[in-house]
Amino acid sequence: MIGLDHYLLVSALLFSLGIMGVLTRKNAVNVLMGIELILNSANLNLVAFSRFSAGNLTGQVFAVFVIIIAAAEAAVALAIVLSMYRLVKSVNLDRADSLKG
Amino acid sequence: MDANFVQQAIWYFFAALTVLSAAVVVFSRSLIHSAFSLLFTFFGVAALYVMLGADFLAATQLVIYVGGILVLLLFGVMLTHKLYNLDLRTETFQFFPGLLVTSAVFLTLGGVMLRTEWHRGPERAPAPTTAQIGELFMRDYILPFEIASVFLLVALIGAAMIVRRRETQ
Repeated sequence: MIGLDHYLLVSALLFSLGIMGVLTRKNAVNVLMGIELILNSANLNLVAFSRFSAGNLTGQVFAVFVIIIAAAEAAVALAIVLSMYRLVKSVNLDRADSLKG
Repeated sequence: MDANFVQQAIWYFFAALTVLSAAVVVFSRSLIHSAFSLLFTFFGVAALYVMLGADFLAATQLVIYVGGILVLLLFGVMLTHKLYNLDLRTETFQFFPGLLVTSAVFLTLGGVMLRTEWHRGPERAPAPTTAQIGELFMRDYILPFEIASVFLLVALIGAAMIVRRRETQ
């Protein structure tokens, strides 16, 4: 039978893959995709605990708030990526070094 | 074949779809492949929500992530790259340090997961959740709900302000 541990394992895998994407990709849009993976894995954990441990819907309500934050984050982050593209004509993160001493 | 076996097979299929497409998102060299693979990841997570009995969240996941965030990301790809050639190669850096940190994170999470005695409460029977979630939003979580709506408005206005073209210069 599929239990809590199965969901936690899938969530841990998604989280690690998201960390990998954030750390190793040069393209800013790819880094955003990694962040979306991390938020999805956290959501999966919340819903799994709501199903197996809590017996109520609080985890799902929190997951809705996480989705709201993710939508706002994606909009603002893409705005920043677009203005960076306008500034340095590239979205590679190693080009964003104007604050480097 | 009994129903239990079929349910498990379906679960493993969607779990594998989620994790494998997430791996394609992270490791693919082509930006377009990553973006479209993210579609399957979001879809797989929505299917896992359905199997957890979270029908409202599964619909929300499809509408907001697939209909909103993914389209936004694709706009980001198309506005910042010249789409004359469809293979948008992207580079990676810090590959082996990143792999090291990632394995450390995964082993830590896995160790914690295996060693902890999780609290097993009463399992919630699968039942429609939409009405209950709406009641929770309007009763127990009314303040966070209102704050979230104002926050979303402020974030979207802020995003529009950031990308606005300056008239001077």
